[in-house]
Parts: sequence; C-alpha cells; structure tokens
Amino acid sequence: MAEPAKQLEPVQHQDETLPPWKEAWRNFKKNKIAIVGLSIVTFFIIVAIFAPWIAPEGINDQKLSERLQAPSSEYWFGTDDFGRDIFSRVVHGARISLWVGFLAVVGSAVVGSTLGIIAGYYGRWVDTIISRLFDIMLAFPSILLAIAVVSILGPSLRNALIAIAIINVPNFGRLIRSKVLSVKEEEYIMAARAIGMSDFRILFSHVLPNSMTPIIVQGSLAIATAIIEAAALGFLGLGAQAPQPEWGAMLSASRSFLIQAPWTMFFPGLAIMLVVLGFNLMGDGLRDALDPKMKT
Amino acid sequence: MSTKKPVLQVKGLRVSFFTDDGEVPAVDDIDFYVREGEVLGIVGESGCGKSVTSLSVMGLIPNPPGKIVAGEIKLNGEELTSASEKRMRQIRGNDVAMIFQEPMTSLNPLFTIGSQLMDATLIHKKGNKKQAKKRAIDMLKLVGLPRAEELMNEYPHQLSGGMRQRVMIAMAMVCDPKLLIADEPTTALDVTIQAQILKLMKRLNIELNTAIMLITHDLGVVAETCERVVVMYAGKVVENGDAVDIFKDPQHPYTRGLIQSVPDMRHKKQRLYSIPGNVPRPGSIKQGCRFAARCEFAFDRCLQEDPPLYKTAEGHSTRCFLFDNQEGKVNDNRATVTS
Repeated sequence: MAEPAKQLEPVQHQDETLPPWKEAWRNFKKNKIAIVGLSIVTFFIIVAIFAPWIAPEGINDQKLSERLQAPSSEYWFGTDDFGRDIFSRVVHGARISLWVGFLAVVGSAVVGSTLGIIAGYYGRWVDTIISRLFDIMLAFPSILLAIAVVSILGPSLRNALIAIAIINVPNFGRLIRSKVLSVKEEEYIMAARAIGMSDFRILFSHVLPNSMTPIIVQGSLAIATAIIEAAALGFLGLGAQAPQPEWGAMLSASRSFLIQAPWTMFFPGLAIMLVVLGFNLMGDGLRDALDPKMKT
Repeated sequence: MSTKKPVLQVKGLRVSFFTDDGEVPAVDDIDFYVREGEVLGIVGESGCGKSVTSLSVMGLIPNPPGKIVAGEIKLNGEELTSASEKRMRQIRGNDVAMIFQEPMTSLNPLFTIGSQLMDATLIHKKGNKKQAKKRAIDMLKLVGLPRAEELMNEYPHQLSGGMRQRVMIAMAMVCDPKLLIADEPTTALDVTIQAQILKLMKRLNIELNTAIMLITHDLGVVAETCERVVVMYAGKVVENGDAVDIFKDPQHPYTRGLIQSVPDMRHKKQRLYSIPGNVPRPGSIKQGCRFAARCEFAFDRCLQEDPPLYKTAEGHSTRCFLFDNQEGKVNDNRATVTS
C-alpha cells in the first residue's frame, strides 16, 4: 500500500512546485499563435540590435544616380528619392520604432501604475483627483492629445516619445486602479496589516505584484499602439525628423512618388504592420497565459 | 476568580460606521477582558459586531467609514485607541496577532510560505534572514506541519485549507504575541480539520501561555476550547461568564436560544430549534432591549428601556430585565429610560 504512494508523490510534487511565472510560461508555450507573435517580436529585436551589421549601407548614404530604383538583388527593398537603400533604412528604423515603443510604454506604465496604485489603495480625495485627471485625458482622442503635446514641446522624436508616454498614462492608471481595488480587499492584505506591515511595504510587496499581470498584458499590447502612434506622428512630421529613418516619416516622404515607386511606401509600411502584429499576438497570448492564474 | 491580570481590557467600546444614512453603531458600549493565558470566546450571530470588535483591538477598522467613537482598549495596560499608527504597527503581529476566517485567501498567492513567514519575524525582531528562516521552520514544526523545510519553498495553492490555517497560525505566533485573536478560524474548514485546528490552538494556548480571543458563532467550538464566554447581540454584550456556567445555566433568552439551536443527539425526532427573526440592522432599534422583538419572554418594559447588565452570580452577568430582582446591576448608570 505504502509503496505506490511513495513512488507517485515526488513526481507530483515536482510538477506542482512551479513558481507562478513558470506556470505562465508553460501556458504561453502551448499557444502557437502567441509563439508566432513572440518570434516576430524577437526577430525585430534582433534586427534592431544588429542593425549596423545587417544593413549593407548607411542610413544616409545618398547615390543620386540611383534614385527610386525598384527592388533588385543589389537594393533588396529598392531606393528612395535620394538614392538611399530602403532596406538599410528599414533595418535601422526597427531600432527607432522599438525603442520609442518600449520607452514610451515603460514610461507610461511606471507613471500610470504608480498613480493608479495610489488612487486605488488610498481612495477618497486622492482617488477622485487622480481619476478625474485620467478622465480628462481620456476625453481627448489620443492622437489629438499627442499632437497637442508635441506642438507644445516642439516636433522631434524625443518629444513624440514623451507625448506617446503621456497619452498612455491613463490607460495604465485606470487598469491598475481597478485591479488594486479588488486586490486590496483580499484577506492577505488584511493579514499583512495584521502582522504590522507598513502601508508602503504592503503596496509594493503585496499589492503591486498581484496587480502585475494586467500591466504586463497591457504593456505588450500598448507597445504595438505606441509604435503606430510614433509612426503616425512621424508621418505628420511631428515625430522623427529627416533624415532619421523612422518608418512613419519614411511613409510620409514617399507620398509624392507613390505611383512611380510604390516600394518606398510598401516596405516601411510592411515593417510597421509586422511588428504591430507581432506585439498584438504576443500580448493576446500573454493574457491567455496569465489570466487563468488570476481567476483562482 | 483567577488572580491573573488581564492582557486585554476593553471598556465602553463604541464603534460606529458613518455612512450616507448617518451613523450606524456596529459595536455599542461593550466591556470585556481577556486574562493572561486564557481562552475567551466571543459568540453571536453574523452581524452582531464580533468582527468589528476584534478589528478595533487590532486598530484595523477601515477608516472611513468606521471609527472608534468612545471607550478604551488596553493591551498590557497600554491604551490603544489613542496610539499612533506607527505604534500600532509595532504592536500588531508582535503583541497581538490575528488569524482570519478564510485560510484559502489569507496568504499571498505569489509568494512562498517561507517568505511570508519570515516577513512577520523580520518586521518585528532584530536578526538576519537566516535566523528568521530558522524561526519560521521551527514555527511550522510547532503547528504540526510535516516536512517544514520543503514547505518553506512552496506556494499557498499547493496546500490544503487546514494546512494553510496552520501556516496562518504559525505566522501569527511567530513573534510570540501575548494575545491571539482568532476570527472564526474554523468556519471555512471541514469538521475533522476544525477539531484539529482547535486542538492545535488549545495546545499553543497551554504551551506558550498565549491568551486567545476566539470569535465564533459555533457554540460547539466554544464548549470545547473556551474558559469564559462573552455573548454578543446587535453590538452589545448580552451575557458573559464562565463557559461552564453559561452552558449549565444560560440566562439571557438569546443565549438560551443559541444553546437550544445546537443539534442534540439525544432528541433526534424534534425539529431543531431556531430563534425567530434576524439580527436587527445596526442602529435600527432606537428604544428598548435589542432582542425584545425576537424574545419569547419580552414584556412591556423590554420595549421601553434598554436593560443594563445584571450580575447574577460571581463572574456571570446578563443584560435582561428577567434578572432585575437579583443581586444588583453591574453598570446601572446605563439603564437610561429613552423618551
């Protein structure tokens, strides 16, 4: 009787000792579409990191004799109106787009989560002030607000990044606030207070980790939107300035010879689409992997 | 009467919640004490102020809307109602600890048992992580959990309800508090586990001489573990005394009703007794005895006046006019006639 039990126990035991994040990874791995998303994102990250080695030419190497060349074995994605290699520019553009997307989201996640946690945990007038502030920001169409911010700060890639970070703050803030509202009613929060833990420690060692999942999911999805927003600002001439190889700015520059040289528009556009698709698929996968855990 | 001095002394405690509908008194002028190394049971139906009382002792009444309006709470002679939040943090977990009803949700799902146990020590006691870890393992062993070392690295979801409640008790006892408040610690557990947990608490009570304030609605639990009992109804103490006396000679009609509504194996055929009606909403009864509407002995006076506590025997008192002609009132100044 005792023997079979002894044989079973260690196996079962090892299986169950997975920390929460490992279990999430196990769920994520099962989701094929999420893995496709992760692969696309990884691909773009690698391209961004190794851009100088991948790109055959510099971003600003102009060959006026070879303007608006169609894609060929020499120029994979063709050349633009200054005779610059579009492939090299798109590759370098990955750096800018990922960087802007990532930084803007980290910025808005940090600011938004902090405000959201404070609002949710302390409630009362603190909550009222912060929540109304979010409401005001959300009352504007986000791109309009971004344009307004950039027009105050002046058009540049850095200011576009700041603008994107600002407009995303309320999204994170509201999400975290609602999560904190439910987490703070959990009995383990009361238990933590009952052992004499300070509010500050409870916030950061109990409330924040338990509110992390929506931040991670929202974060990965928000990078996609941030990249689109950065491209949109670039397209409007409010973000990256020439000759920076930002995808949106490249799209904008290609407008005048769209008919003669459609590749000038096609490849930067494709890059934007792919990277956004990648982040969206990955974000959906993350949500599916992390959510079942939250229900228990 | 024992000569042991009280660890906790609550006098005239009044806790109100301030809502949109005005002030709602959840606990109204209650007195009780817990002596060193004693187990005190606080009994009553849901909504009669038991939990609010325990949270007031911990200084954890959600404020707003809750507030201690009057009264004093003395822990080892120290007044808690006026203590600063900083001082309360030092007291919580160190001098007085608390365990909760729901062991399934009282532990943070994201951290190991070990890290949560060590937290409690590291907050209050000097010493490094290694010592805290040793202390945590010792506590797990003390509360009777097998393979304590392995448990330290496990997550709450890997443990059963009974094991988690043991962990909660270990966590509460880790700093060796003088008083442990247990708010319905066995309600969420099944009966066999209940018995184990009660036995464990009783053992810790004897071995470590920790006083326990056991809050429950289960008279069976009280009979098994408590030395003295305070019966609460609608925010007031209606009867208190030694557990033996209260079970042998329940005086307040409410206490009698409670005891009658415990299933008795000897009278199988009878329909189980239940007290008619519900606990009134706090603050809804402005005049007279709060139990009058549900009381089978109620007479005119019960609807007019709020009865005081009458001392009926040594260490036994009852808030009921049926005992008016007896030895005397414990706190006669509170028998005010409301106009």
